[in-house]
Amino acid sequence: MSIRLTNIAKTFGRTTALEPLDLNIADGELVGLLGPSGSGKTTLLRIIAGLEQPDRSRTSSIHFGERDVTNVHVRDRRIGFVFQHYALFRHMSVFDNIAFGLTALPRRERPSASEIRTRVNRLLEMVRLEEFAKRYPAQLSGGQQQRVSLARALALKPDVLLLDEPFGALDAKVRQELRRWLRHLHDELGFTSVFVTHDQEEALELSDRVVVMSNGRIEQIDEPDTLYRHPANRFVFEFLGDVNRLEGNVQDGELTCGEARLSVDLPDGHQELLMRPHELKLLEAQSPHSRLPVTVTSASPIGAEVWVELVADWLSEPWLATVRHADFERLHIKRGQRLFVEPRRWHRFGNAETHDQEVEIIS
Amino acid sequence: MIATFTGTAQKRVLPGFGLSLGITLLFVSLVLLLPMTSLVGQLAGLSLAEYWAIITEERVVASYMITIGAAAVAAIVNAFFGLLMAWVLVRYEFPGRRLLDALMDLPFALPTAVAGITLATMYSSSGFMGKLLAPLGIEISYTWVGIALAMAFTSIPFVVRTVQPVLEDLPQEIDEAALTLGASDTLAFRRVILPHLWPALVTGTGLAFVRSLGEFGAVIFIAGNMPFETEITSLMIFVKLQEYDYVGASAIASVVLAVSLLLLLALNLWQGRFIRRLHGGKG
Repeated sequence: MSIRLTNIAKTFGRTTALEPLDLNIADGELVGLLGPSGSGKTTLLRIIAGLEQPDRSRTSSIHFGERDVTNVHVRDRRIGFVFQHYALFRHMSVFDNIAFGLTALPRRERPSASEIRTRVNRLLEMVRLEEFAKRYPAQLSGGQQQRVSLARALALKPDVLLLDEPFGALDAKVRQELRRWLRHLHDELGFTSVFVTHDQEEALELSDRVVVMSNGRIEQIDEPDTLYRHPANRFVFEFLGDVNRLEGNVQDGELTCGEARLSVDLPDGHQELLMRPHELKLLEAQSPHSRLPVTVTSASPIGAEVWVELVADWLSEPWLATVRHADFERLHIKRGQRLFVEPRRWHRFGNAETHDQEVEIIS
Repeated sequence: MIATFTGTAQKRVLPGFGLSLGITLLFVSLVLLLPMTSLVGQLAGLSLAEYWAIITEERVVASYMITIGAAAVAAIVNAFFGLLMAWVLVRYEFPGRRLLDALMDLPFALPTAVAGITLATMYSSSGFMGKLLAPLGIEISYTWVGIALAMAFTSIPFVVRTVQPVLEDLPQEIDEAALTLGASDTLAFRRVILPHLWPALVTGTGLAFVRSLGEFGAVIFIAGNMPFETEITSLMIFVKLQEYDYVGASAIASVVLAVSLLLLLALNLWQGRFIRRLHGGKG
């Protein structure tokens, strides 16, 4: 079921939580709402759910498919909602929690007791918690509780599944596992889902499309790949990953900042360049294009890469470079070592222009 | 390392188990057990038949009925309004919430006799409320309704103060979860919120009931104290004391005490079972 938001805004008292926005989500899509806290992403999700009312306006509307749900109560919207802290009914067993939505149906529509049992058992199987049916939520781990809450939300076969920071309260490993599992489930069952997260990695890994938000505004909506490679503005660029900043004055095609120099094809004047950690190359000697001397302050192997922290007199804050283990060993990187950085490419966001200027440096 | 029970193995804020338990027991003995033992001691001079005769005297039995009946009505009324007040205090933000919150404890702070006199004058036929109700044929002062009213006044904080923290512990997400699953407001309340509050509500109501059984100051002024009609058990004890019949007073008091103790014990056992379920463990 597709979701169509038109001119939706929300103010709480005098603070604006959401500026008027439009959003279209296709049938069967898995969309992540990504943003820092206070960006309005949870408010937007709750408005879609009907837990929050958008500001009244004649032109604003919410459609699920062809159905206008703008004034439909949350209980009649046919949504499934998963809360960050699970919100399980603690006095009910796992089975009764999952069965709640079915037993809450008006008598005419309610399936028979045996039918409910079959359906709950199927859901328990789907979330792989068959043996836990009789347990109480307090006897389950966080990951198991979140799976129960997901099964509970899916029991009524909702048109739309909404998840509010579903993995936020779990530890890293369980989070990763559940994330893959949710993606799998989504592909299998084909429901439309929207989830909220402040974790860019989670948004990029899980979503078909990501909606990046800040200060109650949508900054960019794109597929993860496009988003990462072609951020619409500086906020998106900075929010999606670590950023190294180089500020300096350009004269005759050379940017200088203290003892640092970099050949750039830019007009004269003050410039700020941004680089991702993986866009930095570490060298033992300076290259013809650049002279950016740095000192290594720490090197930590994290997964497939080594994270190297770099400082220099000409840097106001340290830089972070990620290097492959092979390069790490070849350069014998250790703390206190002096190296040279060469950017493979850099990005620049002008004040007026919205699109970034990317420059590849061919060496 | 081998674990020891000496208390030196682990650092705790309070001094060792032995000392703290000792002081606790001493305090309980001095303040609670000693007076109660002497009360039971008073009864030693009585034979079982004499004891039975005192506690089943017609006028006393009538007072049991009145006390229990009025206390039950007061407790049920308090269960309802106490829940409502706790709900309002926890779930809504409004100007004066703090003040209302503090006001809840007033019945604890006010001398019960003062409350009793105030209620009695207010609801008597010449009082402010009494004048309003008299044309409708409703009498409150000097009837069991007045007794229940005074009891409700002194015991309402028990319900509010036991339900309030449990309600604060119940996140709003829980109601929202029920709503997203299609539950109507009444169903969400009945199947999700109420079961959660049930142990606290029953405990609070139980405490209010037990408190009402022993209430004296607030009740005697409004009760009118007509034998067989508006005499409460505490008054019977007081009457015996005034007649210097200490043994008789103790006998009746022992009945009130036994009923209260049994109720409190039952509440505790029942609540413990429920709480184990909410917090893990085999329910």
